[in-house]
Amino acid sequence: MHIPDGFIDGTTSAFGGGVAVGTVAGCLRRTRDLLDDRQVPLVGLTSAFVFAAQMLNFPVAAGTSGHLLGGVLAAVLVGPWAGALAVSVVLVVQALLFADGGLSALGLNVVNMALVGALGGYAVFAAIRALLPKTKASVVAAAGVAAALAPTMAAIVFTAEYALGGNGAASVATVAKAMIGVHLLIGVGEGAITAMTISAVMATRPDLVHGAAHIATRAPSRDDTAGVPA
Amino acid sequence: MNCRTSITTLVVGGLLGALALVFFVAPHASSSPDGLDKVAADHQLDTGKRASTVAGSPLAHYSVSGVDDSGLSKGLAGALGVAITLGIMLTATKLLTRRRSRPPAPSSAAP
Repeated sequence: MHIPDGFIDGTTSAFGGGVAVGTVAGCLRRTRDLLDDRQVPLVGLTSAFVFAAQMLNFPVAAGTSGHLLGGVLAAVLVGPWAGALAVSVVLVVQALLFADGGLSALGLNVVNMALVGALGGYAVFAAIRALLPKTKASVVAAAGVAAALAPTMAAIVFTAEYALGGNGAASVATVAKAMIGVHLLIGVGEGAITAMTISAVMATRPDLVHGAAHIATRAPSRDDTAGVPA
Repeated sequence: MNCRTSITTLVVGGLLGALALVFFVAPHASSSPDGLDKVAADHQLDTGKRASTVAGSPLAHYSVSGVDDSGLSKGLAGALGVAITLGIMLTATKLLTRRRSRPPAPSSAAP
């Protein structure tokens, strides 16, 4: 999903860069104002884990692979704003040091994977969660389904960027069909990895999972049963 | 707080897990092009493609230049990536939360 240099023209890439910088600035402000102090180390871990998980390409169809994008995973763990920052840092490190994703396309990649993934993906997660009972299993399920949809959301936004400034010859309809088709498949892996990881953290420290904050998840202690607002 | 896993344990455990993934799983990951690269190759989206400006980086394409064993090279590159990402994100988050203007959130142990 990392756009290399030269796929999308300079104007569209610059526009993507502007959107990315503006939105990341907003995420920095909200993280400063809203992040729970206890989550600081978890934000670091989330970013590092997404970097590692993005190296694990799994086969999805003949001659095609996919890897975790991680936006929903990060957003459910540490909140959408810090989650978007965590994925953005991964993309910056990849573009600057690992030659993965073009430098000129960095803004577009931040938009598609960090912002659509974490902010858009968290909105989908929250909508699904609202329909389900307030249980740990609901958080895992909502995260898995939202994550399964996130690569397709990124593919749709990529198609819009291609429509605005793609340098290729294929029609927008062709690109849309091909991109959405393969990313629906990649979404199966994204959803499974996200659900498994959230489930593992929920089993250990549910109180640290931002997406589970609506459930009373404090460790059981003597008189912790009554009067705890949900 | 009695028998909960501490945050330090969780973070150290998670990082060890990430390192295990890059050393032991990443070398066996699929080397097929990912979704976008495949679509690009199939439909000629890549006519304008240029090599990355940092294609000469010692860590380019997730291998450490000078390390011949490809699995080890990928694992080392991944471990460096994990460490660098962690360092940047932790530093940024710490600086951010230190600069907040309002008083800090109540601590977890507040009864």
